[in-house]
Amino acid sequence: MEAFLHQVFSGLANGAIYASLALALVMIYQSTHHINFAQGEMAMFSTYLAWAMINAGVPYWAAFGLTVVASFFIGMIIERVIVRRVADAPVLTLVVVFIALLVILNSITGWIFSYTIKVFPSPFPEQPLFGPYISSHEAGVVGITLFVLLLLFLFFRFTSLGLAMRATAENAVSSRLSGIRVGWMLALGWGLAAAIGAIAGMMVAPIVYLDPNMMSGILLYGIAAALMGGIDNPFGAVVGGLIVGVLENLMGAYVVGTELKLTVALLVIIGVLIFKPTGLFGRSFVTRV
Amino acid sequence: MLSKRVFRAIAVAAIVSGMIAGCGEQQQQKSADPGVTDTEIKIGNTNPYSGPASAYGTIGRASAAYFKMINEQGGINGRTINFVTLDDGYSPPKTVEQIRKLVEEEQVFFLAGTLGTPTNTAIHKYVNAKQVPHIFVNTGAAKWADPENFPWTMGFNLSYLNEAKIYAQYLLKNKPDAKIAILYQNDDYGKDYVHGLKLGLGDKADSMIVAEVSYEVTDPTIDSQIVSLQASGADTFFNVTTPKFAAQAIRKVYDIGWRPLHILNNVSSSVGSVLKPAGLEKSLDIITAVYLMDPIDPQWADTQAVKDYKAWIEKYFPDGNIADVFNVNGYVIAYGVAEIVRRCGDDLTRANVMKQMASIKDFEVPMMLPGVKWNTSASDFSLIESAQLARFDGAEWKLFGEIVGN
Amino acid sequence: MHGMHANRMRWMLVAIVVIAACLLPFVLSSYRVFQFNLVLVYAIVLLGLNILTGFNGQISLGHGAFYAIGAYVAAVLMDQWGVPYWATIPAAGIVCFVAGFLFGLPALRLHGHYLALATFALGISMPQILKYKGLEEWTGGVQGIVILKPHAPFGLNISQDQWLYLFTLIVALLMFWLAWNLLRGRIGRAMVAIRDHPIAAEAMGINVAAVKTLTFGVSALYAGVGGALGAIVVQFVAPDSFVALVSISFLIGIVIGGLASISGVIYGALFIQFVPNIADEISKAAPWAVYGVFLLAFVFLAPKGVAGFVQILWGKLLNSRTRDTKRSATVQS
Repeated sequence: MEAFLHQVFSGLANGAIYASLALALVMIYQSTHHINFAQGEMAMFSTYLAWAMINAGVPYWAAFGLTVVASFFIGMIIERVIVRRVADAPVLTLVVVFIALLVILNSITGWIFSYTIKVFPSPFPEQPLFGPYISSHEAGVVGITLFVLLLLFLFFRFTSLGLAMRATAENAVSSRLSGIRVGWMLALGWGLAAAIGAIAGMMVAPIVYLDPNMMSGILLYGIAAALMGGIDNPFGAVVGGLIVGVLENLMGAYVVGTELKLTVALLVIIGVLIFKPTGLFGRSFVTRV
Repeated sequence: MLSKRVFRAIAVAAIVSGMIAGCGEQQQQKSADPGVTDTEIKIGNTNPYSGPASAYGTIGRASAAYFKMINEQGGINGRTINFVTLDDGYSPPKTVEQIRKLVEEEQVFFLAGTLGTPTNTAIHKYVNAKQVPHIFVNTGAAKWADPENFPWTMGFNLSYLNEAKIYAQYLLKNKPDAKIAILYQNDDYGKDYVHGLKLGLGDKADSMIVAEVSYEVTDPTIDSQIVSLQASGADTFFNVTTPKFAAQAIRKVYDIGWRPLHILNNVSSSVGSVLKPAGLEKSLDIITAVYLMDPIDPQWADTQAVKDYKAWIEKYFPDGNIADVFNVNGYVIAYGVAEIVRRCGDDLTRANVMKQMASIKDFEVPMMLPGVKWNTSASDFSLIESAQLARFDGAEWKLFGEIVGN
Repeated sequence: MHGMHANRMRWMLVAIVVIAACLLPFVLSSYRVFQFNLVLVYAIVLLGLNILTGFNGQISLGHGAFYAIGAYVAAVLMDQWGVPYWATIPAAGIVCFVAGFLFGLPALRLHGHYLALATFALGISMPQILKYKGLEEWTGGVQGIVILKPHAPFGLNISQDQWLYLFTLIVALLMFWLAWNLLRGRIGRAMVAIRDHPIAAEAMGINVAAVKTLTFGVSALYAGVGGALGAIVVQFVAPDSFVALVSISFLIGIVIGGLASISGVIYGALFIQFVPNIADEISKAAPWAVYGVFLLAFVFLAPKGVAGFVQILWGKLLNSRTRDTKRSATVQS
């Protein structure tokens, strides 16, 4: 029983990691209707920036804040300089652009910082506060993720800016006609997504150690979580992430063993999608012909 | 009108064929020793410089930096070493392509330090058919020591199999009723260690090993696996993970309050890249088999070997991480290559290269554990067969016992 | 007339390319022949992927899985049952057709990003499945399977590399011809109709489900044939040969080459084969970054793929050569 609980809590902690990245993906999707495959590497790169600052003596929270702001601007710049150019191209061309960003960021980071793992500090205390199954940091990750979720929910639901961004993604032409600065909405979306990604990266790094390949496994589960939960619903993305985390652990520990854990977890996710093609909490679309 | 078009088409065809033919190379000059001139020796290598395994690319860069030093010091017997290293992204089809390029187009003298088990397996038959020395193969698989079937191939590392047997002997002698839990990476490296441990334990393997759990390199954490292993009630933990996961495992084992006899595989025994990030206090009493010197381990700091190594890395490989033992791996391989070339003297033929490789007797190499010597013969193609167990005391790997193996 | 001239020019170009391709193994070194052999293999796979994604609009980020299945079918048949190499090709094709069709059935419910995820999941799981203990007896597990290279038949006096290349070329020509016929015909038009307007297509009486699953099957068949050929050319299969990156490379291939373009797959195959090598030569420190820059460059300069770019050039060329005031011929590839 103890081991089972431990697996569940460990799964929730992992799930929070996936959820935090999934929120960045939801952000980018809500504002552009694209899934940015480079979101993980952007988050990883941001985390390295923070690490470099902390290593140079900058106190943690200052580095944290600076990194979030810097990532915001980096995200905006990427949108304006790179993504904007291929705005009219087919969707798959955009996917190739994202892949290009992914490999460039991964390779450059490895070159600048080398591949040995680095320790990234956690702002949370060392001692476990919530029993032996979950560390304070992992609990902190869950907390921060829920906080960002709340912010996102409020932003998209209750602010005019959030509405404007969603409108832009839904129908750029109509939005422009309504007076929305579409270009800025897209750039803003990218900036916010990059900022959220940076937070995710800085939360994840203390758990998994910082190295250029830190996010590759997480990205897959993050995308799966976001899609399974409903890519247009931040709440769904978080629930999706937590489910994926727990599912993966329980599958590996009790059902199929770790040799097929990845395969079966993905199978279950796909299975969910087949029964609910827009995700557990996503909106289904009715198209008018 | 039509004939003009046809004429133009033929002209285009001619130009295109000409261009393709231009790409084509002349038939290779048949010479007794390709890759050797009066001033230069060309050596070929593949390493993963791109893709998910790029962390190992530093090994190739370290070797290249070592040769840079050799060349600046005058080369070997008046010849400089031209180290041609190509990226294979750890993809076997790419390795085949790059090795064919090295052998057929670059015409290297021999291949050294090619990395990875599946990648080397893909070219194993080819290089032996072409009779190109394929030495210092940089993986711990045991199959590179097969002089009867593959007389041109020789490995470098202490094989994972033999290393695991050393652990098995230790357990049988000191903790015969151990309950062993194993965490291993789900690939040839991980499976080789597990296989070796089982071979070493012999009949007792089934009774001693109570849990065996794997992970993929795409897994973000291995926390779930550690929890499972603890739940199995084991009191001994065989940790077969690569550096990042080793650090995670060491920390998690400590954090959940499990205190098994912790055996860590050599690949991840670096103080700087693994134990420090995991936490030195959390790494107390871990056991590993040592055969390379860890450059930041304080007990070796005053040795000539480490001093030379530090000077080398500062001057010739400033981008290299001093704490990364992978760089030592590249350095030692390059040292070995240089030595073999030196031993060939003026008889620079591929056959002589293999002859020299097969006649190494009690050779001591800098940055290797003192007492671990290289030994080969016509029937023994294992370069390194011994190691010594060490226990981490919070600051350094304290050697104990004696050198085991051949 | 203008259209007929353009057509004839196009066919002559095709003939020239085919002739050049046949002559290639006799003028280039063995190593280069090996490389171009791989280009042909990739072209077959990309053709299959383009049929599915470019012409039928179903995105697949997991075609590496079908490529792997085809490769392993060939390897296992040759290694365990001594099947001759040429017979493994249709076997791989059939097995993959069935696999693709079966995958296509549940995939009917998924669209866009969701289908992308499902196919990506397939591509990512394949190495794990191939490593699985339970299948080790056939797949060789992590160690993989080594395959012997075939010799030229009928005692022809050509090298193994040359023969293998010509064999691949023959298969490739056949596959291209089949694809061209398929896409020109009724089913091809149905595919494109489904891509552009699935609801209208259904309303017009097209059996969308049947066409989509069949397309998946055909696409997988192509990937499987490519995989089998690839295995024979490389003479080795292992789980590490079929990682997720392979599927991504195929996607890159069809996008760079040109979606919904048959000639595009050649450009795409050339790109994914040679550009990584070029990137490696440019930088040892960060070759992947250089590769990424190449991707961006190609995408910026030719957002509709190299085939689209060539089409524009071709149009300009034709335009400038005639004094016709008729609209420029847009060559359908």
